[in-house]
Amino acid sequence: MVPAIQIKGVSKSYGALRALCDIDLEIPCGEFFALLGPNGAGKTTLISILAGLARADSGHLKVLGHDVVTDYRQARRKLGVVPQELVFDPFFSVRETLRIQSGYFGLRNNDAWIDEVMERLDLTGRAHFNMRALSGGMKRRVLVAQALVHKPPVIILDEPTAGVDVELRQALWQFVRQLNQDGHTIVLTTHYLDEAESLCSRVGMLKQGKLVALDSTANLLKGHSGTHLRLRLANGTLPESLKPMLAAAQTSGEYELVLREYREVENVLAELRDKGLEIAHMELEQADLEEVFVKIMRRE
Amino acid sequence: MAGFFTLFYKELLRFWKVSFQTILAPVLTALLYLMIFSHVLEDHVQVYPGVRYTAFLVPGLVMMSLLQNAFANSSSSLIQSKVTGNIVFVLLPPLSHLEFFGAYVLAAAVRGLLVGLGVLLVTLFFVPVTIHSLFWILAFALFGAAILGTLGIIAGIWADKFDQLAAFQNFVIVPLTFLSGVFYSIHSLPDFWQQVSHFNPFFYMIDGFRYGFFGVSDVSPWLSLAIVAGSLLALSFATLALLKRGYKLRH
Repeated sequence: MVPAIQIKGVSKSYGALRALCDIDLEIPCGEFFALLGPNGAGKTTLISILAGLARADSGHLKVLGHDVVTDYRQARRKLGVVPQELVFDPFFSVRETLRIQSGYFGLRNNDAWIDEVMERLDLTGRAHFNMRALSGGMKRRVLVAQALVHKPPVIILDEPTAGVDVELRQALWQFVRQLNQDGHTIVLTTHYLDEAESLCSRVGMLKQGKLVALDSTANLLKGHSGTHLRLRLANGTLPESLKPMLAAAQTSGEYELVLREYREVENVLAELRDKGLEIAHMELEQADLEEVFVKIMRRE
Repeated sequence: MAGFFTLFYKELLRFWKVSFQTILAPVLTALLYLMIFSHVLEDHVQVYPGVRYTAFLVPGLVMMSLLQNAFANSSSSLIQSKVTGNIVFVLLPPLSHLEFFGAYVLAAAVRGLLVGLGVLLVTLFFVPVTIHSLFWILAFALFGAAILGTLGIIAGIWADKFDQLAAFQNFVIVPLTFLSGVFYSIHSLPDFWQQVSHFNPFFYMIDGFRYGFFGVSDVSPWLSLAIVAGSLLALSFATLALLKRGYKLRH
């Protein structure tokens, strides 16, 4: 099956700065993919090249099998991009903006879908508002609607929830989840790693233009951090045999042990029992994507 | 083609929504020029035999307004979109560079022609104007508007800030227009400046346009038409090449 996005050997420099370094990435159809990385890692550059807003120095990119340079018309028809910047055309109302955007994609009489998108993004009541009269959150919703007017099978959301209130964030994710369930491929970049963890099945991480991690969210969580066991003892100190499991940072009176698997809890408890130590407080914590992210970024 | 028509419609809507600024203001400005120049020069200058100076001035003012507004339309639309970032809305869809070019040039030409028509209609209240040949009037109006619309695209793409665009307008477009014979016939100039004027393509637009009104011109209207059409062709190819390369639009 043709992948939704295919990126092969893509490099891009801005003068002396290497923004992207020989990136290979394939995203199958129907996936909810997170593209993560610190600021300046190259996420937006990669998205811009994919969307035709920038050109790669070398390499090839395809959207559903259509090359973004040689077959750009088809590639762009298949792609919907929500840009990171909060941009709008101050001359038009919300409905005009969406009608015009539809027209650019060759769609006339698209009002039924425009109405549905506006409804889903809670924009219906503001359809006749001029773009200037909208709040930042509402403008963000219009940007999302603009990216969806042509029902693209592949949707890229470049930090769509930056500076957005909780209500919109939840409404947006519900909508995007629904789109993913309907078969749309979603690529998300975000600095809110909890969002990526709960939504995305696979994660790619960029650092200084290089793809430094690419795996399923579950594998990344399992492979890089494991489970943390926090405990405070009522008497004595941690036995020597458990000290190799200690996490680097410790708070006074509390121990944090890193477990590779849940069943190691039993060993820890048995060891404490053997030494006659009593537990005053204990909690288990599953590592999150943020921790994995920080670890990978430090390591690479 | 729907993409092209939408972009064209969007560009029309953009200037129509602010028509006080984009249509009525330049018409008023041209009218003020007419009143002041005719008041000062009417009794002192006669450029063509039997043609009053005020009547001579009208086609020049019409063409000047038409050219400047065609340029202003495409250039200001592009620079605003670039500076505010909403240019992405036309770069993300599957619009070809030809559709992009055609839509911006046509919309610019429409605004130029509307302003030109407005100036002509308003001046008719003050000066009776004869029409020698509608063909020449329309031909030079259309070519002139298209040329300036194209120059507007080049300037709009090239400029990174409003200041650079203003420089292009004030140091290139305005001098070329003012020194093209809007207010005078180049035959009234010393030999040297007459020769210099022949290197100004704007001179041929205005001279040919004026021929349509009076049947008199400084050079043959056919020569003017050939130069104007050649200029449009060359500028169009250059602009299409820039758009195809994505110059300053697709990094």
